[in-house]
Amino acid sequence: MSKHHVTTVINGDPVEFLCATNQSLLDVLRNDLNMTGTKEGCGTGDCGACSVTLDGRLVCSCLVLGVEAQGKTIQTIEGMANGEHLHVLQQKFLEHAALQCGICTPGFLVAARSLLERNPDPTEEEVRFWLAGNLCRCTGYNKIIEAVLDAAREMRGA
Amino acid sequence: MLTNTKNIEQVFKSVGTSPIRPDGVPKVTGMAQYGADYSLPGMLWAKILRSPHAHARIRSINTSKAEALPGVKAVLTSADLPNQTFDYIGPERVAVNYWHMTRNVMAREKALYEGHAIAAVAATTAAIAAEAIALIEVDYEVLPHVIDVDEAMHPDAPVLFEDMITRGVEPAPTKPSNITKRLEFKVGDLDAGFAAADEIVEMSFKTAAVHQGYIEPHSCLARYGADGQCELWSASQGHFVVRAYTAKLLGMEIGNLVVHPAEIGGGFGGKTVVYVEPIAVALSRKTGHPVKIMMSREDVFKATGPTSGGSMTVKIGVKKDGTLVAADGVFKLQAGAFPGSPVMNAAMCAFAPYIIPNVRTVGFDVVSNRPKSAAYRAPGSPISAFGVESVLDILAQKIGMDPLRLRLKNAVKAGSPTPYGPKHSHDGYAETIQALLDHPEYNKPLGKNQGRGVASGFWFNGGGESTASIHINEDGSVVLATGSMDVGGSRASMALMAAETLGVPYASVRSTVADTASIGYNHVTGGSRVTYATGLAVVEACNKIIEQLRLRASIMWDVDVKGVVWEDGFAKPADKSVGEFEPLSLKAIAAKRAVTGGPIVTEAAVNAGGQAPGFSTQFCDVEVDPETGAVKILRFVAAQDVGRAIHPKYCEGQIHGGVVQGIGWALNEEYIYDKQGRLSNAGFLDYRIPVASDLPMIEAILVEVPNPNHPYGVKGVGEANIVPPMAAIANAIQRATGKRLTELPMSPPKVLAAIDAV
Repeated sequence: MSKHHVTTVINGDPVEFLCATNQSLLDVLRNDLNMTGTKEGCGTGDCGACSVTLDGRLVCSCLVLGVEAQGKTIQTIEGMANGEHLHVLQQKFLEHAALQCGICTPGFLVAARSLLERNPDPTEEEVRFWLAGNLCRCTGYNKIIEAVLDAAREMRGA
Repeated sequence: MLTNTKNIEQVFKSVGTSPIRPDGVPKVTGMAQYGADYSLPGMLWAKILRSPHAHARIRSINTSKAEALPGVKAVLTSADLPNQTFDYIGPERVAVNYWHMTRNVMAREKALYEGHAIAAVAATTAAIAAEAIALIEVDYEVLPHVIDVDEAMHPDAPVLFEDMITRGVEPAPTKPSNITKRLEFKVGDLDAGFAAADEIVEMSFKTAAVHQGYIEPHSCLARYGADGQCELWSASQGHFVVRAYTAKLLGMEIGNLVVHPAEIGGGFGGKTVVYVEPIAVALSRKTGHPVKIMMSREDVFKATGPTSGGSMTVKIGVKKDGTLVAADGVFKLQAGAFPGSPVMNAAMCAFAPYIIPNVRTVGFDVVSNRPKSAAYRAPGSPISAFGVESVLDILAQKIGMDPLRLRLKNAVKAGSPTPYGPKHSHDGYAETIQALLDHPEYNKPLGKNQGRGVASGFWFNGGGESTASIHINEDGSVVLATGSMDVGGSRASMALMAAETLGVPYASVRSTVADTASIGYNHVTGGSRVTYATGLAVVEACNKIIEQLRLRASIMWDVDVKGVVWEDGFAKPADKSVGEFEPLSLKAIAAKRAVTGGPIVTEAAVNAGGQAPGFSTQFCDVEVDPETGAVKILRFVAAQDVGRAIHPKYCEGQIHGGVVQGIGWALNEEYIYDKQGRLSNAGFLDYRIPVASDLPMIEAILVEVPNPNHPYGVKGVGEANIVPPMAAIANAIQRATGKRLTELPMSPPKVLAAIDAV
């Protein structure tokens, strides 16, 4: 079966790729575009390790087909830092020791950025519910929640 | 902040601080490479065919159609792997048997669980490999299966191995069974002990098999060359052990295999064994191409080690004043399809925190048609602790004593006996109890449907073989390498100990994990051994480097080396008689390395003993919804003796993580099988690990009772924290509802049924 030609913008750059009909966006990102920062933890939309935004909407890239990215704008973890300057969330995750193994970290960062774009001043409970689709098995979530709340504070200039 | 440290006098500059980890930036930018993130030119993808049956004899495997599919480069079955000698090798607690291991990696005579690997295909794309495995024809003779541990012990149960005679029973049974081993530890006189008790409670409990639940599925990439040299990129808890197992299973010489430590996306014990690595190497050997394998999440649940579920009976006797006088425990653990549950740990740890003069523990290791169990955080200890710590709570109520005070009255200290022989040689347990007794929330009253439970836990902690090397660069910066996989920040703790010992800033130490060809042997990152044992190697390497730096300084000053001391990162004259010299910094000495003897480098290897055990005591407040049976955790406080926190934030992180895994074990997690012996919940939707919205902030209390056997007082921190939560929560539910839950998980239907029971 012939592949589909897809035109997208990823992290601000124009990107074209060919993909099979049944290929997930996650598979395309990782195995065709070599953007392995987006992780596969389950392939069924249950763990959030593959979180990206598609036209600004937070999605599990394992549940999106590559062809669905046609004409859309994608943001991945690779586009989060600005050159050598880390995003505030990235810096806060480091300072708070909010990662142990780090495999879930890209997904949490993408999801947390998406939260703070919508709600710059979330409560702890709002952070916990927004991030409930991202699984972490190492940290018990404490330091992740603290890092997100601290980043929100700093980004608000509070 | 919901954290506080019961600190001893702080006299260090680096140890005890929480700097950003050396591997942090790659992990927050997506640049860090985990097992599935490597690729090579010409790389093939492999997929594994797995048994759909819980128990079946494999009559034949026909791979011809798969081999004929365009794009398929090789098909592998167990016929491609050498058979292994049947022998239990190594200390009993962690013995391995390669006859079993090769059969777990790839089934031979029988498929012993749903998901058991049957064959593998390497093809040019993952899609072609997936298509090809569907073309493999396996002729199965489906056999009766058994899942439950008590049923598997029944004389009429289907037997997994027709020649398995129970070890540890005299005289040996004549009939084969699923009981692979019986073991027993005994001290004192049980009958006399129970006769002296004022209150005795005997109760049976069951725990479910639970998976480690690391977010990264097992993945690796292998490249085998025509010269017999092989490289393997693997996400494991120990690349030296991956090397040893893989070489053994494939009949390779160890030196021909170099294993590179990919970043590991969680392990918790589950990545101390091999599944995909020997298959990838064998397929690479067969095809001449690099081969990559990545398990699916379903494969991870069905075919990799959960920890055992258990069935147990615990009996404890106490005097009215709270003195424990006798204890008896029988622990039956599912090993999965091959022998090797952590039942010996369960039996040894069960009563280890307590001084009890008359004790017996009996353990049974039992096979059934489930995936082979693998280590999971303090393997075995949480299972027996669920029973023991529940019974202690009942006894405390019977004699009208605070449950923490009952534990404190009987707590072991240095010199106390253990049920398994050697005396305890460290304090630390009583201090964790006291930390909770002193906690401002411990005596606060609770509301309706709420209850407070306490429990404690013990874990041995590990020592063992580790190697560290240090290079001093010409600008005075330091390269530190160990062979210990970093699962949770150990590169940072190694760098902190090196910086402290050398007297240099943390930022000047570059801390790395080296591949198997670049440093000496390191045992797995497991048993909470790395900060202790690998830390000892690091400190020893630093001390050896300091000897060299003193020598180089003595050459520069033209004095005897005895006249040079090392203080705070500088070589100084020992006293005025040596002469008047300005102190030499490490940087100044490094700049002159070529004229003082060449590269400044050393390696230190240890086989560390002297580790101190971990104790954790925890209390939690829960609220039980009488309508649904759902249990909400309102507060969770965990005190743990960490010896001395090298990097306090990562010590806290270990406690948070262990407690939350325990909460999942207590309330949600279980393997659910259908009548055909097939796993019904092989995914994160139905096997529900705790998510952020399930939890409050976990409060970690770092209790510091330094280990005198380590220059910085280190004790392992990773595991003891997962031992208490199941009983703590059961005890809290009982105090909230008056109902005693004896079976995990304490999911809403079970709690509701208990509430509704008359």
